[in-house]
Amino acid sequence: MSIPVHHPVDLLRFNTCGSVDDGKSTLIGRLLYDSKSLMDDQVEALERSADLTGGGQINLANLTDGLRAEREQGITIDVAYRYFATPRRKFIIADTPGHIQYTRNMVTGASTANLSVVLVDARLGIIEQSRRHSCIASLLRIPHLVVAINKMDLVDYSEERFLEIRDQFEEFLPRLSLKDVKCIPVSALNGDNVVEPSARMPWYSGPTLLGHLEDVHIGSDWNLRALRLPVQWVNRPNNPSDPLLHDFRGLSGQMAGGVLKVGQPVMVLPSGFRSVVKEILTPEGRVSEAFAPQSVTIVLEHDIDVSRGDMIVDPEILPGCGRDLHAKICWLHPRPLQPGKKFLLKHTTQTVQAAVTAIEHRINITNLAPESGASELAMNDIGEIRLTASSPVVFDGYAANRLTGSFILIEPGTNATLAAGMFHHPTEVARPEYRDFSI
Amino acid sequence: MSGYYLDHLQYLETEAIHVMREVAAEFERPALLFSGGKDSICLLRLAEKAFRPSEIPMPFLNIDTGHHFPELNEFRDRRAKELRGKLIVRTVEEALAKGIAVQAPGQVSRNHLQIPTLLAAIEEFRFDCCIGGARRDEEKARAKERFFSFRDSFGQWDPKNQRPEIWNLYNARLNPGENMRVFPLSNWTEMDVWEYIRKENLEVPNIYFSHPRRCVRRQGQWLPLNDLVPPKPGEQVEDLVVRVRTIGDIISTGCVESPANTIDDIIAETSVARVTERGSRADDKASEAAMEDRKKAGYF
Repeated sequence: MSIPVHHPVDLLRFNTCGSVDDGKSTLIGRLLYDSKSLMDDQVEALERSADLTGGGQINLANLTDGLRAEREQGITIDVAYRYFATPRRKFIIADTPGHIQYTRNMVTGASTANLSVVLVDARLGIIEQSRRHSCIASLLRIPHLVVAINKMDLVDYSEERFLEIRDQFEEFLPRLSLKDVKCIPVSALNGDNVVEPSARMPWYSGPTLLGHLEDVHIGSDWNLRALRLPVQWVNRPNNPSDPLLHDFRGLSGQMAGGVLKVGQPVMVLPSGFRSVVKEILTPEGRVSEAFAPQSVTIVLEHDIDVSRGDMIVDPEILPGCGRDLHAKICWLHPRPLQPGKKFLLKHTTQTVQAAVTAIEHRINITNLAPESGASELAMNDIGEIRLTASSPVVFDGYAANRLTGSFILIEPGTNATLAAGMFHHPTEVARPEYRDFSI
Repeated sequence: MSGYYLDHLQYLETEAIHVMREVAAEFERPALLFSGGKDSICLLRLAEKAFRPSEIPMPFLNIDTGHHFPELNEFRDRRAKELRGKLIVRTVEEALAKGIAVQAPGQVSRNHLQIPTLLAAIEEFRFDCCIGGARRDEEKARAKERFFSFRDSFGQWDPKNQRPEIWNLYNARLNPGENMRVFPLSNWTEMDVWEYIRKENLEVPNIYFSHPRRCVRRQGQWLPLNDLVPPKPGEQVEDLVVRVRTIGDIISTGCVESPANTIDDIIAETSVARVTERGSRADDKASEAAMEDRKKAGYF
């Protein structure tokens, strides 16, 4: 395959969920193989390991299962990333294992995805695991979902069976906050509707899986409405050779939302200082406007106190700001969460101390129903909690912005990452200390 | 750029810059591993962009096995000077002399000896973080690697116990003696690297381009003939027009026959390549878990 070299292509990140039995590895192998993204030495390495350990049977899972323990146990332990390209798009696959104990891996792989592929075995239909995967995709607000109804070859490519499963899924859909769902009948083993349209399912007129991955519109997946720039690093040249740079004071960070223009009034939170954008530098040089998710360095008109952890926002669309926080979390650590514990909370570019004051309930991950009376959250549990932070956190609801609405909890001492968190919509917007102060 | 839209290279660039700035903000004594190879050339450009108009706020570190291509070291030294960066080179030769690294009897390759040499350099300068140019598409143990890869006080990677990495929130916390390896190019492919080199008009060492070289055929590869790689009796030696696709030690880097003279030629060649770039590195063919084992021991 030759990739046209001057055609600008964009990048789609997706994750695949399902277990070995669903044919997930076969599906990924098929996507890579049929899009000619597998190299000869990779195929050769597969064959070599097949001769040694597989009794001559090539196992496409060996492509993604890179660790010795995974090959020994025949399971996927960790998220593996795979890369392939078509002339239309570049793709990053986060291959996440589907066993019940690996919710944390799916959360990891899905957190950066534009799209999730949930694999369903056509013989079994929508089972608990399919519901669990769809619920996690919904909780993480993945903009697009594909239900790949696999092993159609084992149900005689039956349209009736396909429609039956689609109905099962649609029955369940209203509980989820998924905006864009597509069901595609495939046979990963035989390649039907993966890359090439299937001659055995003439009743299906929709796109193939790859066709859909190439076409799905991801341009509006970023929040471009509300300006959010978490300050990551203050850029002050040390002993610059250029005298013009003696007073340079840039604020660097990756835009988490909105559009930023030279001359635009902005507010710095949590202080509430106001200023105006004087200069914007991007990787492309000096520009008059920048947008999420660009990494930028900006200069403000006024010399005000701004440091890492502050957020530059549009004063007309203020985020929430406060110490009392309400969130959903996925607990990732073998040691369960008990209320009262203190942690480090990392959110955008800020790390503060926070205590979990209450576990409100655990969420049933197969139907998203709250279950009250949870005294702790175990590994792979998802629950709603209350937190109190040592200093104000500037945030949005996760549903409005995945970058300013997410956080992780870190255990002091071991520095282990314990939880992935998503803030609820703020009940009140920021009321900065210096709200009446303007320069 | 038209509209509010990033193409794939701009997306990868913005992500890598975010990661680099996170390093500058979260660590006290970071270093950037710079070999002069194509991946670290991209790293260096990203660092320039991440921190300008400031200079890159960390020294460059290279572990010299003594088996480097001379063209590569010349390029490395010159680029570091042009960027007014502080380049620290620690050699395997020195590590052997001091007893920090010990060669297994009869072994010629110095690939493994980079590990103790790197760990000693980290200790000597008390680096808490090293930025490297490794990519997940290179090798399947690397496919499981994090952007922020935690190493214990022995420099070890524990693949079964990695910190989950969620959204763009990197847990950079360490206890004394521990270390982080950070890989801003994690999501880049070989093709992305070359496309970025073209877009940014970056200079690369001339051995990436087609040149005449005397090679010896060994284990299905053309190895460059030199003092360290003398031909054995009966081996086929030929004068070929070759280039290297990936640069490792001169004793283990396979050359590929190629007329590619420009970055455009290389991109065209890469787009139709049927083997991965690591396919020409003998150090990776030792076993299926060769990379995993080296990383566990402290390799980057």
